[in-house]
Amino acid sequence: MTWDQGLHKATTVLAGEQGTRELTYLEAIRAALRYEMQRDRRVLVMGEDIGVYGGAFKVTQGLIEEFGEDRVIDTPMTELAMIYAAIGMSFEGFLPVVEMQFADFISTGFDAIVQFAATNHFRWRQPVPITIRAPGGGGLRAGPFHSQSNEAWFVHTPGLKVVAPATPADAYGLLLSAIRDPNPVIYYETKYLYRSLKGMVPEGEALVPIGQAAVRRSGEELSIIAYGAMVQEALSAANELERAGHSIEVLDLRTLKPIDEAAILATARKTGKVLIVHEANRTCGVGAEVAAIIAEQAFEYLDGPITRLAAPDTPVPYSPPLEDAYRPNAAKILAAARELLAY
Amino acid sequence: MNEIDDELLQQAHYWMRLTRALDDRGTFLHKQSKIVGGYFSQIGHEALSVAAALSLGPKDIIAPMHRDLGAYLVRGLTPRRILAQWLGRETGVTRGRDANLHGMGDLSLGIIGFISHLPASTGVIAGVAHGIKLKGEPRVAMCFFGDGSASQGLAHEAMNWASVFKLPMVIICENNQYAYSTPLSRQMAIEHIAQRAAGYNMPGVIVDGNDFAAVYHVTKEAVERARSGGGPTFIECKTMRMRGHAIHDNMAYVPKELLAEWEARDPIARIESELRARGLLDDAKLAALLARIEAELDEAQAFAESSPYPDPATVTDGVYA
Ligand SMILES: Cc1ncc(C[n+]2csc(CCOP(=O)(O)OP(=O)(O)O)c2C)c(N)n1
Ligand SMILES: [Mg+2]
Repeated sequence: MTWDQGLHKATTVLAGEQGTRELTYLEAIRAALRYEMQRDRRVLVMGEDIGVYGGAFKVTQGLIEEFGEDRVIDTPMTELAMIYAAIGMSFEGFLPVVEMQFADFISTGFDAIVQFAATNHFRWRQPVPITIRAPGGGGLRAGPFHSQSNEAWFVHTPGLKVVAPATPADAYGLLLSAIRDPNPVIYYETKYLYRSLKGMVPEGEALVPIGQAAVRRSGEELSIIAYGAMVQEALSAANELERAGHSIEVLDLRTLKPIDEAAILATARKTGKVLIVHEANRTCGVGAEVAAIIAEQAFEYLDGPITRLAAPDTPVPYSPPLEDAYRPNAAKILAAARELLAY
Repeated sequence: MNEIDDELLQQAHYWMRLTRALDDRGTFLHKQSKIVGGYFSQIGHEALSVAAALSLGPKDIIAPMHRDLGAYLVRGLTPRRILAQWLGRETGVTRGRDANLHGMGDLSLGIIGFISHLPASTGVIAGVAHGIKLKGEPRVAMCFFGDGSASQGLAHEAMNWASVFKLPMVIICENNQYAYSTPLSRQMAIEHIAQRAAGYNMPGVIVDGNDFAAVYHVTKEAVERARSGGGPTFIECKTMRMRGHAIHDNMAYVPKELLAEWEARDPIARIESELRARGLLDDAKLAALLARIEAELDEAQAFAESSPYPDPATVTDGVYA
């Protein structure tokens, strides 16, 4: 089959896709890449060390053997050319998925994302259906340049979509949606969860729609709104509080842009107390937006101050005691939730 | 090697041996889980990093990267401060803020700390050289970057800048055959990175990066040219990264023959054979030197391990000046 035939052929839904399997968060990402590459010849992946080596975290391991080096492209070390090239390939009909070795290095490709890709459809109505995978987050003693949670840079930029899955099933389903979305999507995957989190993942067309938050746990007294690695931390804090007789709701944002205002307002109106948690720095983080949405549209339902728990406004420190002080976790969520419950 | 006097050769030998021993010590501490996170070995880079640093004067500025441990040592960062950095202690160069060799800047020693984003320091060093030129001082600025980093637009932009303004700048390109797992053939379509220098109208020099004397010779010449107003030089040091990209990487992608070929060109073995030929080294002297270095590192490690961790309450300290 030539490229041309492949590109114009309607994509297929692969058979034999029923059922679920238990996968790690990392395996779920790989499964999504494989599934999309199998069903749609337009999908290709690019990045530094992603082919022969299988990626710095081995997310793409085995893909080059299965799909060949035209579709699993080991690139020179240049994020900027990589992302610009992805934009160009999309104009030729491809659906590139670009891997940043670490989310931190996305800044080297910044222009391509926020200037070209983000504005393109607004300017001349040509979609830019690229996906950028950004392995983010800390807790791994990796220092200031291999631990960043820099999603707010892109949430602030019109024209981009930003997702941040917290479970293996969402890692799978949101990647499918991201690849098929006609817009540039930044897909923040959480390194901390790669191998530490397992879960049941449906096979086949288990798309998770972009723009929909999920209530992970229903409760009455207080809502914790989180995303990414902080969802698990919020859940363990919530379980602990439940043992103490409290009823806590946990809302997983899943998509940071476009953000699910309805779900945010629903939980705020339901419990009247909201604790927003993220690993990213506090100022102008996603939490600030969530707080503003609630303040503007659910003010009269509130029984306590909208509260944010986030990393302080510093780079991510390396030394373990500093990183522990820096990064939110279940214990800190517990303390903040108790304070808000007592308000 | 004739132009290099005995004293310089012995000095270089000490620095190269210290570099390797400290690097081995780091690997060991990582295996003991005393160093957490990643660890980058520089084995194979000793000659070039030591030679380049030794070619500079005390007021010159250097911006080494993650495999230039030798350059940091020569410039005066002590094993104490480096080990404390690796162990995340308050007494480390970045007071526990940054990891590995990253961010180990100290302008009192003429060192600029780098960020992971390669080759950011190349742009910074162009600015340092520009400042030096504006002030009319006889000083030089030197930066390092690798074969992979050479693919970043900034490498080209900074080379162009340096040449347009005819800056007192020396670029050391460490071509160690790989960028993580990526071989040269996927990084560039030319044989020598130094070919690119012509595009910026600056001299491009190719040198055996495992030969201390050869690297010293060309860097010294480039430094003198820069100092006397002759503008920037690009020096490509051919070498080999003898370990994985970082400690987790078993580098299964590197052909065994290639490693064996470079093993035979080990920079330390080469300087030692020259020293022996000059009658400056024998087994007993070598054993004594290694013992002295181990004692120095034991002391430094004890200092680092007995240093406190940073106080968590200070996590936001230092964000602003
Ligand atoms: C802008 C940027 N992208 C990606 C990385 C991740 N990374 C760290 S080192 C490295 C390879 C660097 O290769 P090279 O420049 O040849 O230096 P070497 O490690 O071989 O000494 C990569 C890809 C980075 N540090 N900076
Ligand atoms: Mg290299």
